[in-house]
Amino acid sequence: MTQPAFDVVIVGAGIVGSACALECTRARLRVLVLDAGCIGGGATAAGMGQIVVMDDSEAEFALTRYSQQLWDEWAPGLPSDVEFSRCGSLWVAVDEEEMAEVTRKERYYRERDVAVEVLDGKQVASAEPNLRPGLAGGLRVPGDSVIYPPCAARFFLEQACTCGAEVRERTPVQALTGRTVRLRDDSTVSAGVVVNATGSWAAELTAGVEVRPRKGHLVITDRYPGFVRHQVVELGYLKSAHSLDADSVAFNVQPRPNGQVLIGSSRQFGTNDPAVEPAMLSRMLSRACEYIPNLTRLSALRAWTGFRAATTDKQPLIGPSPSQAGLWLATGHEGLGITTSLATARLLVDQLLQRKSAIAREPYLPDRRTEPEALATARTDRR
Amino acid sequence: MNSSQSVTINGQPASVPAGVSVSVALALAGSEAGRRSVSGQMRGPLCGMGVCFECRVTIDGLPHRLGCQTPVRDGMEIETDGP
Repeated sequence: MTQPAFDVVIVGAGIVGSACALECTRARLRVLVLDAGCIGGGATAAGMGQIVVMDDSEAEFALTRYSQQLWDEWAPGLPSDVEFSRCGSLWVAVDEEEMAEVTRKERYYRERDVAVEVLDGKQVASAEPNLRPGLAGGLRVPGDSVIYPPCAARFFLEQACTCGAEVRERTPVQALTGRTVRLRDDSTVSAGVVVNATGSWAAELTAGVEVRPRKGHLVITDRYPGFVRHQVVELGYLKSAHSLDADSVAFNVQPRPNGQVLIGSSRQFGTNDPAVEPAMLSRMLSRACEYIPNLTRLSALRAWTGFRAATTDKQPLIGPSPSQAGLWLATGHEGLGITTSLATARLLVDQLLQRKSAIAREPYLPDRRTEPEALATARTDRR
Repeated sequence: MNSSQSVTINGQPASVPAGVSVSVALALAGSEAGRRSVSGQMRGPLCGMGVCFECRVTIDGLPHRLGCQTPVRDGMEIETDGP
C-alpha cells in the first residue's frame, strides 16, 4: 500500500486551520492546508479578533483560559501587523442586578487565578469617559487582548511552511473523507487523516456535522484615538451569544491601534446572505449608542458581515468525527474562534498523537451527547 | 468684495472672505496641507468635491469634517494636523 501524500490534510486556512497546521508541523507531521479562498478569508477576517476569557461554563472557561495563555506565550514573537494589543476587556453593568453578575464573575475568576477588578460607577466612567453617565459599574479583565486575525493566520502558516507544510489557496474542496480529499478538478489528495476546519461551511463538506452559520454585523469608524481604551462589552452579551434562535444584538466596541473604533455585535440564524441588513445594523448601532452616546458623532467608514460557526451546545467540535474513520473536526467555535484557536490545535494534535492534554477534552468531542437534558445540566454546573 | 469673517486656525485668529469653504480659507491662510496620513505624511485637498476625503480637518471640535464641503462661519474653530 502506498504512503498517503500527507500525514494530515487540513481543509480551511482560517485561524483554526492555521493554528492546527502549525501544531501538526511541530509534531513533525507532513501537512497540506487547502482553502477555497485566501488565508483567513472567512470568519477570521470578519470578526473582532478578541482574545477573551469567558465564564459561561467550566468547559468554556477551560478552553478560553488555556488558549489565552498560549496566545500570551506567542505575543512577544508575533509580527507587528498582527497588532497584538493587551487593551483588556471592560464588562459594563447598567443596574444593581448586573452588578450582582459582576460580583459573581469576579469571584469565579479570582477562584481560577484570572486577574480582575470590580469598578463602581465613578470608576467605570473614569476608565471609559465616553460611556453614558449613570452606569452601575463594571468588571475590568486586564489580561484580555485583541489582534488582527488574518495576519495571525498568515503568520502561523508561514511558520508551518518553514517546517515543511504546504499551503494551497484558491483550491476548493469538492468532497472529503477521512483519507482522501477530492478537489474541484476531480484530482484527489491522499491523507493519513483529514481535518475539517472550514468553520461555517463545515456541514457542507461533512454531512451531519451540527454547525450552523450565524451571521454577524460590524461597523468600523474613522480614526479617533483615545475614544475607547478597552474592549467594552455589555453584560447582556452572553444572553445574545447563547440565545438559542432569536436575532439579537449586544453592545461591544473595540479600539483599533490606529484609533479606529470597531462597533458590534449582532447574531442571526437562518440566512446565508452576506449583504448588510439595514434593520439589523440600525438595531446594533442603537444598542451601542445607548452605552456610548458619542458614537453618533463619529464617522463610520464601512459595515460588513461574517458568519460564525455555531453548534447546538455552544462548545466547539475538536476531535474525531463519529461517522468517518480518519476524519477529524476542528470547527464550531461561534464567537470564540480567535481566542480558542491555539488550544484547539493543541487538543487536536494531542488526540492525533494520543498524548495527554493540558485540559479535559471531553466537552469538545464531536461524539458528546447534546440532548436537551444534558445541556441543562451543563449550564447549571456553576450555579 | 463681500464682508469677511473671523475664524481661528490652530488657535490663531484669521480673517477670511465670507462664503468660502474651510479648505479655501486654509489655503488663503497659507495652510494647504491640513492632514497627516496614518504613516505621518502630510495631505491636502485633492478633488474639491467631497469624495477623496483628503481635506479632512477638525471643525469646532469635531474631527474628520470635510473642509471642501463646509462653508466658513463666523467664530468657527478650525484645527489641522500641520502647517
